[in-house]
Amino acid sequence: MKFLCVDCDQQMSFGERQLPGDGTLAATFKCPKCGRVVAMLTNPMETQLVSSLGVEIGGRTVPAQPLENVRKMVATGREDAFEDGKRETGHVQWSPDAQERLGRVPNFVRGMVKRIYADYARERGIAEITPAIMDTARAELGLEGM
Amino acid sequence: MRTYRDLKDADRSGLGQQIAAQRQRVAERLAGVRRIVAVMSGKGGVGKSYVTAHLARAIARRHKGGWGVGVLDADLNGPTIPRLLQTPVAQQRTSDKGVEPAIGADGVKCISMGLLLDEGAPLAFKGPEAESFVWRGAMEATALREFLGDVEWGKLDALLIDLPPGMQRYLELCDILGAPPPVLTVTIPTPESRDAVRRAMRAARERGSDLLGIVENMIGVELKGSAGDELSREFGVRVLGRVPWHPRPDCWDRLAVVV
Repeated sequence: MKFLCVDCDQQMSFGERQLPGDGTLAATFKCPKCGRVVAMLTNPMETQLVSSLGVEIGGRTVPAQPLENVRKMVATGREDAFEDGKRETGHVQWSPDAQERLGRVPNFVRGMVKRIYADYARERGIAEITPAIMDTARAELGLEGM
Repeated sequence: MRTYRDLKDADRSGLGQQIAAQRQRVAERLAGVRRIVAVMSGKGGVGKSYVTAHLARAIARRHKGGWGVGVLDADLNGPTIPRLLQTPVAQQRTSDKGVEPAIGADGVKCISMGLLLDEGAPLAFKGPEAESFVWRGAMEATALREFLGDVEWGKLDALLIDLPPGMQRYLELCDILGAPPPVLTVTIPTPESRDAVRRAMRAARERGSDLLGIVENMIGVELKGSAGDELSREFGVRVLGRVPWHPRPDCWDRLAVVV
């Protein structure tokens, strides 16, 4: 998928991706010559079709997790289907608020989500994960529903 | 106005590269599997899963001390392999490398949607319900790909893939593997089964799969017909085994030898 600024005859550059949480997706593209920015807005069905392929518009921001799409997308998964936490998660701490928020994530996918946030924090030298950090990570990584 | 191929800068999303990376992950994961066999039939209710599970156990017994045998239950909507392999319902252990398969009778490794779903729950996906037919097939293919590429199969003498009725999952499997897998066909004796299985075998052969042979299931007094022999003559492949209504263990052992 490429975007062309017709006036400048320039290929536009990917800017950012937003997942507002209602199933839609927004991605911006900017013309490097004139600076014009356009947004591609997809409806829930279009967004779902792309994500069902296990690919991400704008490119992957985190490495693929084992059974990532099954865990993210299956609505009738058994709560205790997975045993996570077999991995060293470093010294990242979770604030009580962040723990409470993580606790609201369904068990089926919680371990995977915890791992992604922990990786995000560790890679950036963040000692404690807070709800604000989770919000930032969610926006940067495009973690809809996490 | 220039069009897609006229623009030389890379596509930032790289959807093609992402798909290629997925395929590569599957190829690397299955590098230690000596043989992949798709167990299929164009007909529902002929006992594909039953044959698959018992055949896998028999192969595992025969290759005791070998690399082992795995079963991938590709019937995502009607998974029965865990029960047939007497796999205990337990948590699937995950690590950076992948998800550990469950271990069933005779040490057969398996993965199945039946291990992951709520008891008695149908497979349902999150997403917009309207027009769900547009994306549901893609989601099921993705689940199949993740079962192939994200499960720590390790080294296996054989990985049997239990396909659901119809041809859709087989075609997805061909695409994901990058090559059509060898196919073991299951039928029952009736002409109705013969007609449906014929279509599946023809489709598999046209796609390039090696037809390993036919297993005729549920033979005996109840079901009339000779589907196995007729399909054997038509396609020039052997009937590898005939399984009665109440098979004894040595029936599977004999089948494991010829398969």
